[in-house]
Amino acid sequence: MKKQRNYNLIIGLALTIALALMALIGHFWTPCSPTAMDASAVNLAPCLKYPLGTDNFGRDILSRIMNGSGITYLVAVCTVLIGAVGGTIIGAFTGYFGGIPDEIVMRLNDVLLSFPSVLLALLFISFLGEGTANLILALGVLFIPSFARIVRSEMIRCRDLDFVRSAKVTGVGTLRIIFAHILPNSLVSMLTSAAIGFNNAVLAEASMSYLGLGVQPPHASLGRMLSEAQSCLYVAPWYAIAPGVTIILMILGFSLISEGLRKVQNH
Amino acid sequence: MKKKRILFCALALLVSVALGACGQGSKSSDTQATESASSENGSATDTENADASTKPDTSSDGTPTTGGSVVLGMTQDLVSLDPHETTDAGTRSVVFNMYEGLVKATSDGDLEPAVASSYVISEDATCYTFTLRDGILFSDGTAVTVEDIQYSIERYAQIQGETSSFAKAVDSVVIDDENTVSIYLTEANSEFLAQLTVAIIPASNATPAGNPIGTGPFRYVSYSVGQNLILERNEYYWGDAAYLDQVEFKFIADTETAFTQLLAGTIDILNYLTTSQVQTLETQYAEQFHVVEGSMHLVHALYLNNACEPLSDVRVRQALCYAINRDEINQFLFGGASEIIGSHMIPALTTWYEESTASMYTYDVEKAKELLTEAGYGNGFDLTITVPGSYSQHVDTAQIIASELEAVGINVTIQEVEWSSWLTDVYHNRDYEATVISFDGDLNPSDWLARYKSDASNNFFNYSSEEYDSLLEQALAAIDTNEKADLYKQMQINLAEHAVAVYIEDPADFVAVSADYGGYVFYPTSAWDMSTVYPISE
Amino acid sequence: MSLQYFIRKFITLILTLLLITLLTFTAFTIIPGDAAISKLGTDATEEQVEALREELGFNDPLPLRYINWLTSALHGDFGESYQYSGVTVAELLTARFPVTLLLATLSLILILVVSFPLGMLCAMYTGKWPDTLINQLSQITMAVPAFFLGMMMTWLFGLVLKWFQPGAFIDPFEDFIGCVRYMIFPTIAVALPKIAMVVKFLRNSILNELHQDYVRTARSKGVRSLRVLYGHVLKNALIPVITFLAMILAEILAGSIVVEQVFGLPGMGRLLITSISARDYPVVQAIVTYITTVVVLINFIVDVLYQFVDPRVRTTS
Repeated sequence: MKKQRNYNLIIGLALTIALALMALIGHFWTPCSPTAMDASAVNLAPCLKYPLGTDNFGRDILSRIMNGSGITYLVAVCTVLIGAVGGTIIGAFTGYFGGIPDEIVMRLNDVLLSFPSVLLALLFISFLGEGTANLILALGVLFIPSFARIVRSEMIRCRDLDFVRSAKVTGVGTLRIIFAHILPNSLVSMLTSAAIGFNNAVLAEASMSYLGLGVQPPHASLGRMLSEAQSCLYVAPWYAIAPGVTIILMILGFSLISEGLRKVQNH
Repeated sequence: MKKKRILFCALALLVSVALGACGQGSKSSDTQATESASSENGSATDTENADASTKPDTSSDGTPTTGGSVVLGMTQDLVSLDPHETTDAGTRSVVFNMYEGLVKATSDGDLEPAVASSYVISEDATCYTFTLRDGILFSDGTAVTVEDIQYSIERYAQIQGETSSFAKAVDSVVIDDENTVSIYLTEANSEFLAQLTVAIIPASNATPAGNPIGTGPFRYVSYSVGQNLILERNEYYWGDAAYLDQVEFKFIADTETAFTQLLAGTIDILNYLTTSQVQTLETQYAEQFHVVEGSMHLVHALYLNNACEPLSDVRVRQALCYAINRDEINQFLFGGASEIIGSHMIPALTTWYEESTASMYTYDVEKAKELLTEAGYGNGFDLTITVPGSYSQHVDTAQIIASELEAVGINVTIQEVEWSSWLTDVYHNRDYEATVISFDGDLNPSDWLARYKSDASNNFFNYSSEEYDSLLEQALAAIDTNEKADLYKQMQINLAEHAVAVYIEDPADFVAVSADYGGYVFYPTSAWDMSTVYPISE
Repeated sequence: MSLQYFIRKFITLILTLLLITLLTFTAFTIIPGDAAISKLGTDATEEQVEALREELGFNDPLPLRYINWLTSALHGDFGESYQYSGVTVAELLTARFPVTLLLATLSLILILVVSFPLGMLCAMYTGKWPDTLINQLSQITMAVPAFFLGMMMTWLFGLVLKWFQPGAFIDPFEDFIGCVRYMIFPTIAVALPKIAMVVKFLRNSILNELHQDYVRTARSKGVRSLRVLYGHVLKNALIPVITFLAMILAEILAGSIVVEQVFGLPGMGRLLITSISARDYPVVQAIVTYITTVVVLINFIVDVLYQFVDPRVRTTS
């Protein structure tokens, strides 16, 4: 039992670190230039020179994946950060104090959660304009409600526990109680939801870029590559498979970590 | 206009070369196709030859037969079935099958009489007189009258609005007798005939959009929004009856889906194929489809905002022309099948086209750098290219341009926007630096070139040249065709010399036609003529 | 109490709907792009654009436009589409809704049929190889983006194996069986990731229930474990699963935009995307209202059902 519990975390971490490392290297060095076009090497199947083949502009798919997963990671990390920080602040205060502000914020939360998220993102993007930064902003805001909800329930669970009461009695400031006492206690459940958040962020980036609303060309991102690959599905199926599998591995890494963390917490 | 990304490799080259050969073969072998049932109408004889020439036969095709039905896939819905309300090329291409004007366009870029059987243009080009075709009927079986002609012209002018060029040009429509109608113009205009392709519709029809009635070879059956438009053969047609019993125009969300449906046999004809799709068809589906190659008849270019720094400097614009490799774009996107152009005119309009502009700028990075240094931008500059994201042909072109301009130090940012934002911000408000788009036009050279007039409302290039304006004025007034052509050619040279835009190509159009059908014809105007398409008998 | 709860939930529902329509409305007045210009395209003259703007009521003040919309919407009239002249929004939606409904129903059936046996299997063999295998498989399945799954299915089953005709959607009213056959692959694309989730959820829920005191008591009294599983545990374990299923149903009914895009299904999601690009505000507003209503309503029903089904939730304060 114990061994199995570790496997999830270990494999997840290994996958994530390996992919992150690849993305990091890809930021500084790639086998070929990710944007250099070559009219004499269009849609080549995987071979020695191009291990994952080339795309419809003769660009090296491996280089584009190394470079593009960096952007995907960037979007995921920033999105989760915005969502987590925003959600924590909102959730912590409303959960701790309760009352009417809590009721209002939570109703707003419900509104946002029942709003079709793709539509919300579409509206954001139409308003802000397309581009990586705006995509991050739009997705980040979309992620706030779910984080707020989790943090809020943690707050409600903890605010009446003994250690909080004793802290209150000894005159510890409210801010200190929230951020120094309660939050560290709910770290594991927050990490779990962050891992799930990464999961959703990668998927959201891919979906938005697939719908043509995300990362702008000629930059590569995994979702963008997939959407470009769709038109070459007949002549170059490998173009779709490579970024698709990378996305799967990325998400798998995060979800194994969250699974592992949940088991640590339950133990 | 709606093209998807393309590829090119040694194999694709071979395929395209084979295609080119095939396409040419088809064009030479087909004119003598079928001499179909001659018109009952004696006055139609003058158009018969033209008709025959628009019925080509592809070498692979068998004998034409009548009957059957085809499904043509298109990636947009229709704007309106009211022919006077259509404002986009796609809708015009479809309703071409239902409606006719006093004259109609032929596949070789001429005009032939349609609802009118003949016409006379006064010597000063201010009065056009038309004789109504004897016995011509609308698709509901009622007779076309001169009143219908008057009604249609006046209605069109009214819908276009008082300030439109059509409304400004027409002074009055006068019914001379029950067979003749005269259109008086406010000033001499020898090009006005091309405008009279305006659809003639019955004055008695209260809802032209909901119940379309025209005189074209096909008549309306049904239309469901977002799904399809179904037409059937118009039995009352005055000319050669269409071969097909029924035509369905099917609206499909995007080109990939459309292509899958083509392969699946759901649709029979699909245009604007990419070279990768052509490659797929040629290698894996050669028995089910043949690919016909023509031209989209568009001016595909990197359009520049001439009023915006540093593009306001002619040397910078010329540098862009030298730094962009048009052949490479053509190679990537169309396997080299497109025709490279150098000004705002398509080669198919042979009378007006100025050939020399195409070779005015050849790919030369050194020259581009020199010009940039001269202009004070030796270290390059930042350029934002705004493109409508739903048109991947334009997005791809922008990507190639971005990678080419890197070589001269110009740092390109591509900004994809939605089509409605593009229309509002770029086209209407002219808030942009550069954009990739294609423009279509009709058989009139002025339709293509008038948008560069300094005060034209659609001059979103912000080009301003007194010389150009005066050339345009002279050209519009000129009556002699040679003189006119000369002036229009000078205008094209003016645009090229001032590098108003980086003109790239008239994009190649690959059309897949199911092997069961033949006779697909290209027009230099927006028209997908289904009357020439026929099922092949086994 | 129960009535009070009911009323409170209902008021929240109405407020949510109002807020969301107002939000969409405001958003659409801020974002760039204009329905009149988009519809008429590049060849339109100024007069045509202005006339259309007037006709569509763009020149009225904003609050008036919202109130106008709201009053007619309350009467069941969602107006006419901007992009397709002469077509009412209701017509557009009724044409698309059956497709989405069919996809949702089929997916739900598939989810139920596949995930329940698998979930119970996992719970019965906790820690043994069937459990581990199914667990790992569902872990991987959940990591596959729906559109990638759709693309791969189109490629493999549609193009290589030719088991179905990609994009050849058949109208359910013309040929229901044909339509269902076409829907098989989109259904799988929608259902597969959800199946993985439900299996996991069901397994944990059953395990949770098995650790309850009453099960231990029954076992100690000698009741066979299978009978325990079917007789008592399943009934209780299903309650949270039903909530979960309701959420999934709401999600699918709200439009599997990406799956519809990949398979070329004329459903609500596709209509939403094209309407946003065309700035076809009445259609967007109607779809948003529909989606939110579905989501909020299903949540509401689940909440209320919970009150009756699970005595533990029924509070007495």
